Amino acid sequence: MSSAELLLRRAAELRKDVGGVHESLTKDVYETASKIAGACVSGTDSRNRLEMRLDRILTSKLWGFPIMLALLAGVFWVTIEGANVPSQMLASGLFWIEDQLAYAFQAVSAPAWLEGLLVHGVYRSLAWVVSVMLPPMAIFFPTFTLLEDLGYLPRVAFNMDRLFKKAGAHGKQALSMSMGFGCNAAGVIATRIIDSPRERLIAIITNNFVPCNGRWPTLIMLATVFVAAAFPPSVGSVVAASSLVGLVLFGILVTLVVSALLSRTVLKGVPSAFSLELPPYRKPQLLRVLYTSLIDRTIFVLWRAVVWAIPCGAVAWIIANISIGDATIMAHIVGFLDPLGRAIGLDGVILLAYIVAIPANEIVVPTMLMAYMNVDRMIEIDDMTQLRHLLIYEHGWTTLTAVSLMLFSLLHNPCSTTIWTIFKETGSKRWTALATFLPLVIAFAVCFIVAQTARLLGLG
Amino acid sequence: MKAAPAPANPAAEFRSGLIRMGLDPRKFDYVVALAGNPNTGKSTVFNQLTGLNQHTGNWPGKTVARAEGRFDAFGKKYKVVDLPGTYSLLSRTVEEEIARDFLLFGSPDVVVVVVDATCLERNLNLTLQLLDITDRVVVCLNLMDEAKRRGIEVDATKLEEMLGVPVVPCAARRGDGLSNLVEKVHAVATGAVKCSPVRLNPRPEIQRALDELTPQVAQVLPHAANPRWVAMRLLDGDETIMEEVQRGHLAHFDARPIEGQA
Repeated sequence: MSSAELLLRRAAELRKDVGGVHESLTKDVYETASKIAGACVSGTDSRNRLEMRLDRILTSKLWGFPIMLALLAGVFWVTIEGANVPSQMLASGLFWIEDQLAYAFQAVSAPAWLEGLLVHGVYRSLAWVVSVMLPPMAIFFPTFTLLEDLGYLPRVAFNMDRLFKKAGAHGKQALSMSMGFGCNAAGVIATRIIDSPRERLIAIITNNFVPCNGRWPTLIMLATVFVAAAFPPSVGSVVAASSLVGLVLFGILVTLVVSALLSRTVLKGVPSAFSLELPPYRKPQLLRVLYTSLIDRTIFVLWRAVVWAIPCGAVAWIIANISIGDATIMAHIVGFLDPLGRAIGLDGVILLAYIVAIPANEIVVPTMLMAYMNVDRMIEIDDMTQLRHLLIYEHGWTTLTAVSLMLFSLLHNPCSTTIWTIFKETGSKRWTALATFLPLVIAFAVCFIVAQTARLLGLG
Repeated sequence: MKAAPAPANPAAEFRSGLIRMGLDPRKFDYVVALAGNPNTGKSTVFNQLTGLNQHTGNWPGKTVARAEGRFDAFGKKYKVVDLPGTYSLLSRTVEEEIARDFLLFGSPDVVVVVVDATCLERNLNLTLQLLDITDRVVVCLNLMDEAKRRGIEVDATKLEEMLGVPVVPCAARRGDGLSNLVEKVHAVATGAVKCSPVRLNPRPEIQRALDELTPQVAQVLPHAANPRWVAMRLLDGDETIMEEVQRGHLAHFDARPIEGQA
């Protein structure tokens, strides 16, 4: 045995004998720092007093969670209320252009298939992506970034810490989970702050259960078009915002339940102690908030959606317009997937969209719309009400479909970027596979139970 | 820890450590590492010290930005390496690993730790951990202007006494205190000022375990500036340090000087 191995072996023995080394060291550092600071600092910080008062409220047992939920609901409400009008305007503007493009193609006597492919296939899906996704993103991302920039997220982590500890996971998982709201791949990387490999794996595997930037637009659209529209306009947006809060809470609940299950089965162990420091509140830098949220997030997500929507639009148009036997290729695939889709409250088209959208969650809605519109050929849709009509009257969508889709979107497998990141971080095919398929299984199970229960109760 | 002798630094080993860290020791007389929590004005101090004499690049093999610069003072050439901002040296983010490895194996002549005077206690956590690794520390007590504005008073003389290393009050944004800082850095680098830093006092069982492990570490990792600290990390179960011990060398820094990078 080499001297290095001897050293490591002896260190491990001593670590076991002595016990509690990490806690003891951390305590030493904190106590000494506190003693020295106490002796050298005098005067009261005018800003600190206010911050401490604020922290006591924001992280109190009584008010912590209600304030958290109210803030989240507020962000959603502003997004839904604010996005309505610009979405309508964008849609009518962009579809007017589609008509003009069609006239132009006809004026130069372009072949009908070319007009179909480019104008009603590629352009239309692009127009949908932009008008459905851009306005909510342009409002949601800056508002959310503002909360982040104020320093609120560490307070959220502080509130959540107790729950994670009860689930046998690390309190810092609340932080990596909060990062997941932005991007799950980033959330997976953020789990590096967790020391213990066991707790880090739990955090990685469950990160996917909070919706990321790519899924927010889908969820917000569904909440707006279906949930809000099912109620009178005066309360519609409030109900829609609450449904989104409910969904986020459900995602957090699943995170906790799965963490608890993992820490009691394959990843057994005792949660390790840590100290979480609440960093000072900062005055948000408005320009930077606008820049990061509009350029880094909005434009980035939209660009990914557009880049994928173009080939998807083309593919969707092609498979919807080429027939094999008595039906189009799309009808064959959709028909094949339909029974499975129905069983979990969705349909064949939605499942097809999810298969196409594995590279990027952003394009689920565009692909779905492409498929629906092309199955029925050229229906002219030029505003949001007509979108709702198309889905409800032509394709038999119900509230159950919307709810199931929201749940499926929340719980299903991570996107390919996140899967790749998980592989790089864990270095293990086994854990990557678990992190990929566990959410998928849970998504199918939850949607199946919800759909069957709803139908049993006559709600479907 | 009080009994630990100041780590010996045979010149040859010191130089080879530097080369592996991507620094060419022929170009300067002393190496100054700049450490500190994020948002303490560390970059401002760096810019004030080095002016336009800066290189930026990445730490070898990492995506973490690295800035280096130089300044001349009292006829000596100083190389300044800006370490990533960290809250601690005890967990395992890439930033902390880089900062820790540089302090441990790059053997800087002086470590300047930039400390935010408006929240001293939090900043002292890192400072105390640094003092556990190396004696040659100068504390730059920054943001004194901001502290004064908010009604916080920090007694720099008392702090210097309690920490056992020079403490220089600064307001780097306005350039206040920086010439004083350079003076103290020079004094520590040349040995004109000897530091006797406060050490953490672990429980007796931990002390005994450290006494046993330290000589073994010194044998396995002859380049490590502070074998006792490495022993402490092993006792704590730090996996990255364990891996380094296993390999007997540093994984993160190859012989690639930053000057050689595009």
